Amino acid sequence: MISNPRLAPNPEEAPLLSVRNARKSYGLVTALAGAELSVRRGEIVALLGDNGAGKSTLIKAISGIVVLDEGDVELSGHKLNLRSPGDARAHGIETVFQDLAVFDNLTVAENFSIGRERVSPRWLGPLGFLSTRNDTASWIEHAQQLTVKNVSPQQEIGLMSGGQRQAVAVARAVAFASSVIILDEPTAALGVRESEEILNLVKRLPDRGLGVIIVSHNMDHVVRVAHRAVVMRGGRTVGGMVVTPGIERELVAMIMGAR
Amino acid sequence: MSFKDTGLSEDKPGVGRGFDRLGIVLWTLQAGPVIVLAALVIVFVLIAPNFLTTRNLQNLIAQSAIVCALGLGEFVVILVRGVDVSVGSVIALSTVVVSVATGIDDPSSGAQIVLFPLVGLVVGLFNGLLIVKGRIPQPLVVTVATLGIANGAALLVSGGDTRTGMSAVVNWAGNGHVAGAPVSALFVLGLLGLLWVLLRKTQWGRWLYAVGGNPDVAQWLGLPRDRLIISAYAICGTTAGFAGLLYAGRTGAASPLAGLGYELDAITAVIIGGASLFGGRGSVVNVLFGALIIGVIGNGLQHLDVSSFWAPVAIGSIIIVALEMDVARKWVETRIRVRQARRQQA
Ligand SMILES: Nc1ncnc2c1ncn2[C@@H]1O[C@H](COP(=O)(O)OP(=O)(O)OP(=O)(O)O)[C@@H](O)[C@H]1O
Ligand SMILES: [Mg+2]
Repeated sequence: MISNPRLAPNPEEAPLLSVRNARKSYGLVTALAGAELSVRRGEIVALLGDNGAGKSTLIKAISGIVVLDEGDVELSGHKLNLRSPGDARAHGIETVFQDLAVFDNLTVAENFSIGRERVSPRWLGPLGFLSTRNDTASWIEHAQQLTVKNVSPQQEIGLMSGGQRQAVAVARAVAFASSVIILDEPTAALGVRESEEILNLVKRLPDRGLGVIIVSHNMDHVVRVAHRAVVMRGGRTVGGMVVTPGIERELVAMIMGAR
Repeated sequence: MSFKDTGLSEDKPGVGRGFDRLGIVLWTLQAGPVIVLAALVIVFVLIAPNFLTTRNLQNLIAQSAIVCALGLGEFVVILVRGVDVSVGSVIALSTVVVSVATGIDDPSSGAQIVLFPLVGLVVGLFNGLLIVKGRIPQPLVVTVATLGIANGAALLVSGGDTRTGMSAVVNWAGNGHVAGAPVSALFVLGLLGLLWVLLRKTQWGRWLYAVGGNPDVAQWLGLPRDRLIISAYAICGTTAGFAGLLYAGRTGAASPLAGLGYELDAITAVIIGGASLFGGRGSVVNVLFGALIIGVIGNGLQHLDVSSFWAPVAIGSIIIVALEMDVARKWVETRIRVRQARRQQA
């Protein structure tokens, strides 16, 4: 399966998002030891590495969930002060987390708009009243553009299959991302058909002018969607290369530390 | 506000279109508390001749109102995966503090009405802040400590004495009747309505369900998790303060021993009302049915020729049934999910 010809962004172009010298320890465990990562507008970067390499930690740092001990995250050349997930969201950075980040006890539409519900009257803030119709309309509007089909907005998400739930999480991130979208192993728990749908969606994300970071252990998926791959080992970035068909072995060798 | 209202969305259960067997099972499990209450009432009406008198029903309802008021706040805490065992002691502390602060010289003082929930709010905030900001993730232990402190404070403030005399408004709230209906019951229905609107119709309420459903995800998605959890305890303390108001009105006194052991009834009402201890599930409306189930069992047994010691045994058994129903509900939901996945593949 050869990927569509994709236009990688000009390598001379300044990165949209860049992380420098990211360090983070949990007590004696060092999760990040000076990791580097960058992504350009319209580029899909695969973030690779063995279990425990620090990929998720790096992603959580960009998402504002983990506060770095040291290091900078810059967006369009401006240093971001990421203290909470809200900060990252405010800059248009959206994340699909490795562990399914949906609320099983809420419906599809409620999961979609959580944290961004429109309330009236506005001055009541979070004590304002919700409109089920608003949530539903906003879900339908976005679901149409995406691959999520046969999903009723009023359905409780806990009653749906893993793939459907992941699709909702992806749809939420896609709908609200305006600069960078990060997907941490979005296909790990999915079947073949569900993975295909997610990958097809990911391939179309650069058209929206987004920078895309995708974590995956599946080299076939990486080669099909990514422009560039960055490899982490032991909390450090150990290399990066432009992705071309047939590069799988080289990537695997780099991940395992054979070169 | 129907008993169908047990999940979050309006049309439940969302099991796709049409009637199917699993969907009906799920619906029955969700309607459990109402079915149990109806069955109990029918049984007692049939076998206990004095059960269905106006006087007895008024008594039953007034008694259940206090448990229900406590249960309403307890529900919000259990919704966010917590528990608050200090609510009974809030009854004692609030009656004593109000009595001492406003004095019996001026028993007409309307300030008493405000003071009750205020005392509860302070205790609730104390609990919430300790658990969240004090980083003690065991709400049971924290609120057991608070229970001791509040009980001790009530004894200290009152000097161990019971003082009679509450303002006319408080007495009316606890004892009065409007068109035959106990004022306390109407009061609790009002509280229930307020909480229902907060939980079902506002953004804060939806976030409370979200935090209960998955606290980690709530934090990842930028919801104010800490403030949501603190607010749940604050609400719980406040409703316990209102329960103190009703208790003081009913007994016309302030006692450091008031409300002793009521926390168990409150938690029981929430659990047999079908809230999940796994968090994020259930309807505040069902707390009413839970409180009434407890009330009906206690009251009904008094009219039968059996020892009243059977009441806790019966209530305990119902708790176990309720917990099993919660487990069964999870099982049915998993089955529905599996079937959904299979349909998707087809
Ligand atoms: N909250 C935490 N507390 C303690 N240690 C942690 C925490 N989060 C991550 N770590 C540790 O940091 C290291 C990197 O973990 P991370 O989850 O970032 O790896 P990963 O590359 O995403 O792995 P995987 O492919 O398994 O998802 C691991 O050794 C992990 O055990
Ligand atoms: Mg990971």
